[in-house]
Amino acid sequence: MTFRARHLLGIEHLAPEEIRSVLDLADRYVDLNRRTVKQSDALAGMTQINMFFENSTRTQASFELAGKRLGADVMNMAVAQSSVKKGETLIDTALTLNAMHPDLLVVRHPNSGAVNLLASKVNCAVLNAGDGKHEHPTQALLDALTIRREKGRIQRLTVAICGDIAHSRVARSNLILLGKMENRIRLIGPPTLMPSGVAEFGAEVYDDMREGLKGADVVMMLRLQKERMDGGFIPSEREYYHRYGLDAEKLAHARPDAIVMHPGPMNRGVEIDGEIADDINRSVIQEQVEMGVAVRMACMDLLARNLRAERGAKAAETYV
Amino acid sequence: MLHFTNARLIDPETGTDAPGSLTVAEGMIAARDGTAPQGARVIDCSGKCLAPGIVDIGVKVGEPGERHRESFRSAGLAAAAGGVTTIICRPDTSPAIDTPEVLEFVTRRAREASPVRIRHMAALTKARQGQEMTEIGFLLDAGAIAFTDADAVGTNTKSLARAYTYARSLGALIVGHPQEPGLSKGAAVTSGKFASLRGLPGVHPMAERMGFDRDMALVEMTGVAYHADQVTTARTLPALERAKANGLNVTAGVSIHHLTLNELDVGDYRTFFKLTPPLRSEDDRIAMVQAVAEGLIDIICSMHTPADEESKRLPFEEAASGAVALETFLPAAMALYHAGAMDLPGLWRAMALNPARRLGLPQGRLAIGAPADLVLFDPDAPFVLDRSSLRSKSKNTPFDGRRMEGKVWATFVAGEQVFGHEG
Repeated sequence: MTFRARHLLGIEHLAPEEIRSVLDLADRYVDLNRRTVKQSDALAGMTQINMFFENSTRTQASFELAGKRLGADVMNMAVAQSSVKKGETLIDTALTLNAMHPDLLVVRHPNSGAVNLLASKVNCAVLNAGDGKHEHPTQALLDALTIRREKGRIQRLTVAICGDIAHSRVARSNLILLGKMENRIRLIGPPTLMPSGVAEFGAEVYDDMREGLKGADVVMMLRLQKERMDGGFIPSEREYYHRYGLDAEKLAHARPDAIVMHPGPMNRGVEIDGEIADDINRSVIQEQVEMGVAVRMACMDLLARNLRAERGAKAAETYV
Repeated sequence: MLHFTNARLIDPETGTDAPGSLTVAEGMIAARDGTAPQGARVIDCSGKCLAPGIVDIGVKVGEPGERHRESFRSAGLAAAAGGVTTIICRPDTSPAIDTPEVLEFVTRRAREASPVRIRHMAALTKARQGQEMTEIGFLLDAGAIAFTDADAVGTNTKSLARAYTYARSLGALIVGHPQEPGLSKGAAVTSGKFASLRGLPGVHPMAERMGFDRDMALVEMTGVAYHADQVTTARTLPALERAKANGLNVTAGVSIHHLTLNELDVGDYRTFFKLTPPLRSEDDRIAMVQAVAEGLIDIICSMHTPADEESKRLPFEEAASGAVALETFLPAAMALYHAGAMDLPGLWRAMALNPARRLGLPQGRLAIGAPADLVLFDPDAPFVLDRSSLRSKSKNTPFDGRRMEGKVWATFVAGEQVFGHEG
C-alpha cells in the first residue's frame, strides 16, 4: 500500500500507485458497506470535522457516513451560514477549529485554492471536498473506482467528458486522474464552456457531441449549472439539450457497452435524458454514489494512518 | 563637495559604461574625470557602479488613508535603500488625490518625511470614476506631474475625450492603464492552461490590446501626450509600434515584475504573485524584455503597491493585488543584466533617463549641471532576500527567499547621502 500524502488537496499531487492504493482499499470498504454490520475501527477515537462553505447535501452526507462507519466522531459545521457571515477570515476560522484538535478536516469552499490555504495553517489532515473550479479529488477517485469495477481496468479506455468543462472541478480532477492512468480523454461541449488553454491539456476537444462520442467506453456527463444560463454562455436550455443533452440517439454513437456517469445532482432534460439516467444497463449513476462512501472511507483511512505515523515519529523524537 | 574616484560610470545619456570619476558641488554634478577639489569628501568606489538614481513612475504610498500600509517616511527609506531617488506617486489613495487641497497636503507630508524626491500624479477624473474631470489647471499649478486614474479604467469615452482635450490644452501628460474593463472583470490571472488547471478566473491578453487601441484612438482624436503605465503582452506591441510610427505622442512602461516573473510563479496560489495586470506567459515576458532592449517600451517601473498581510492571506481570487518593489527593483533588474538581455546603460535609460525626460525632469543623467541624484551599487554582490528586512511597512514581495545579485552601496539626493550600506 503506497500512500504518502499528508492531505488530499487534489489529484494533481498523487502518483499513479497512490491512486491504485486508494482504489484497492476502497474495494474492501465496498464489501464492508454491503454487510449489515458496517463498522470498522480505523478512525476510532479520531475527530472529523466537515466544513462546508458551500451548500452540499450529497457530498457532505457521504463524508459523514464514511467517517461514522470508520468509528470517528463526526461533526458538521454549517459554515455557509455562520461566522463567515460575521466577517471572520478563512484563516481565523481554520485556527479556531485547529485549536479543538480535529484529526481530519473535510472542506468545501467556493474559492479555488482556499483548501490549500487552509491546509497550510492547521495540524490535521485536510481533505478537499471541492474548491471553486479547481479540484474535487474524491469525486474523481469514486469515478475511477466505478469505471474499474465496471470495465475491469482503469487504463487504455476512451473516456468522453461532456458539458460545462470550464466551470467544473469534477472535470479537472477527472482529466488529471484519467491522464495519469493513461487513458484517451475527449472533452465535449460548446466552445464557450471550454476552459482557456484547453488545446494544451492533452485531450481531444469536440464541439460535435456525436463525433466525440464515437467509440467511447465511458460517457461522463457534467451538471449544467443554472447560473451559466444567465452568464450568456449558452443561448438557451432547450438548444443546449438539443445539441449536448445525452439521449439514446447520441449515446448510440458510443460503444455498445459504454457506461453513462453523472456526478449529480442531475438536471433531467437539460444535460441528460431521464430514460438514459434510469437505464440500469447503461447508467452507473447509483453505483457512483455507493462508491463515493467507500472511496471516502479509504481516503480518510489512509490519511489517518499517515497522521498516526507522523505523530508517532514526533513522540519518539521527544523521548530521545 | 563630493568626489567619487575609481567608479564605473553608467551614463544612459551617452550610452557609456566606463571607469571614471565624478565631482559633485552644490547638489549638482560639477565635473567628470577631474581631480578631487580642495576640501571635498573623497569616496573611493573601488570599481563599483555609479549611475543616476532611479526615477520610478507609479509608486503607491498609503497617504492619505492607508498609512498602515506605507507612509512617505517608510516609502522614502525603502526608495533610498533601493537606489530610487525620485518617486512619482499614484493618486489611487483613499480619498483619491483629485483636488489641489489634497495634493498640497501630500506634497507637504512627503517633503517633511521622505529622504528622496517625491512628486505626485493627480487623478484625471473626480474620485477616479471616469466621469467628471478634475481641476487639471489648479492641480498643475499645485505641482501635479501627470494625470491618471491608475487602474480604474473609465468607460465613458465622451468624458475621457473631454478630459484628454482639456489636458492637451494645458500640456499635461496622461498616464493610462491599457485594459478593457469588461473583458478583464473579475480576473485574477492570465487565461490559459495554468489558469484553467488552477480553476482561477483569467483574462485574455487581448484585453490589454483592446484597451490600448481605444486609448490610442482617443490620443489621435485629442492630440494629448500619453504614457501607458504597463504594457505586458506581446499582442499590444504591434499597436504600440504603429502608434509611435504614426507620430502620436506616446510612451509605454512595464513593471520589473513582468520582466522577471511569469504566471507559473503563482504556483500553489501564492498571493504575493497576484498583480495588476496579472503575470503573463513566459513568451510574453521574453517579448517584453526584448521590447525594452529595443526601446519600443521606454520605461521600467516598480509598480510598488504595498498590501498588508490580512489583505494577502485570503483565497487567491479575494486577495489584494500588487507587490512592494522599491528595494528589490534594482537587484531584480540586475537579473536582466546578468542574463545578457540588457547592458547597464540600456537599463538606466529605461529606469532613469526616459522616465525623467517624459516628465520633464532634469534627472537621469550624469551630465555636468545635472542634479547629483546618484546610486552607487555592486551589480554582482549576491544575497538572499528576507522580506522581514524590507523597510517598507508592507512586506508583500514576490522575491522572499530568492537569491538575488546587485546591492546598493550608497544613494545620494542633490549631493546629500540618504543611504549607506551597513557593514
